[in-house]
Amino acid sequence: MSQGWIEVCEVGEIDEEDVIRFDHGAVSLAVYRSDKDKYYATDGFCTHERVHLSDGLVMGSVIECPKHNGRFDYTTGAAKKTPACEALKTYPVQIEAGKVYVQID
Amino acid sequence: MSASHQKRDYSLSGPEGKLAQERGLASAEWYATPIPRKRMKELMQRRNGPAIRDTVIWLSLLIGFGYLAYLSWGTWWALPAFLAYGILYSSPGDSRWHECGHGTAFKTPWMNEWVYQFASFLVLRPATPWRWSHTRHHTDTYIVGRDPEIAQPRPPVWKIIMLEIMHLYAGPRDIKRMFMHCFGIIDKGEKEYIPPAEYRKTFWESRVYVLIFAALIATCIYTSSILPAMFIVLPSFYGSILVLVFGLTQHVGLNEDVLDHRLNTRTIYMNPVFRFLYWNMNYHIEHHMFPMVPYHALPKLHAEMKADCPPPSPGLASAFKDVVTALLKQRKDPTYTIERELPATAQPYLVGPTTNGGMKDVAGMD
Ligand code: FES
Repeated sequence: MSQGWIEVCEVGEIDEEDVIRFDHGAVSLAVYRSDKDKYYATDGFCTHERVHLSDGLVMGSVIECPKHNGRFDYTTGAAKKTPACEALKTYPVQIEAGKVYVQID
Repeated sequence: MSASHQKRDYSLSGPEGKLAQERGLASAEWYATPIPRKRMKELMQRRNGPAIRDTVIWLSLLIGFGYLAYLSWGTWWALPAFLAYGILYSSPGDSRWHECGHGTAFKTPWMNEWVYQFASFLVLRPATPWRWSHTRHHTDTYIVGRDPEIAQPRPPVWKIIMLEIMHLYAGPRDIKRMFMHCFGIIDKGEKEYIPPAEYRKTFWESRVYVLIFAALIATCIYTSSILPAMFIVLPSFYGSILVLVFGLTQHVGLNEDVLDHRLNTRTIYMNPVFRFLYWNMNYHIEHHMFPMVPYHALPKLHAEMKADCPPPSPGLASAFKDVVTALLKQRKDPTYTIERELPATAQPYLVGPTTNGGMKDVAGMD
């Protein structure tokens, strides 16, 4: 893997249609595996308040914040439902040799 | 009143809000009972079936009792018939407003939204402002100066409690706010929690409400009868007794300014009729700790959590007695707080941030 790519976990460590928390230095991410077996990563904390999305529910391409039902499309980061109004930052993800990598700039 | 007690300012625009922020109590991290992720995901799953079933039953009961009330108009039978109609209008109106506001009652988002809008009108709560008010209530539950939904200050204001038996405090206040919204004015307290991007929606919702009020008044004048208003708007006043009783038992008498819902919230065992009317909100610690678990899964969540929580109140009467006792004591001693022992299996209580940034353990509070 070239520079800037950080290993997150083995592919099987995230259930289908689920999310895990991944902390790297000062950055905290939410890393998702979709129901179509694709992987994505966004900022870990909700843009409404400081609540981690890894405790939320993944439904299709949506992550629901566990606190107030704010929703985001985790494939694009777009906020889909109030009280979440601001988009999440997304991060590139790659799979190589059975491992999930994320690029943190 | 103890001489040392300073009367606190519960308004959101007063000094207490700033103080709460300085003390690290605002938008803070709260205690959560550890529950395995797999189980939590099962509990959070959304379903349409239970809420559709319950909504059909509720509306059928409302129509049935409404018809009986209509037939009994002009006789003494109208008293119990309208009381039953009013309770079926207000109490489930309140709980459906609440659950659909959280977006968890139905799986399908538009169903949550439609029932939310409908129930908001029934209980005369401007839909968008109350959505944001309740969001704040969940962020800062019973943090003085931050939570707009603290049922009673300390010492309590009995006049408000008495007025609320017929919804005569919050009802007129919210109607006044609706009229203000119609003219594009947001109340000072509301500005603390409604983002400006939501003002426009707030104004249009209130205009719709006020148009309905105008049509209702016109119908009453045209028919020379108050009967039409006995079926909409007035039931939220004459049928609100259970809304008050359920509402007071949620947090009153317990702690303020803590970061653990086990310290400021009450779970109560209730009979199936009350649980239907209240949509399982008697599992209130569970609801506050994990607000994305739908109402129909709360009994299962309770089973997962009860070893980590103080024992639930055994019934509504016992919880209400605790509340009234606490209110009476707080009249003389506003610091009076009900303290509940945790079972040996529980994690210790966590009160709030300490100066070193950690959490203060107050197990064995006495
Ligand atoms: S903290 Fe995420 S929606 Fe409020």
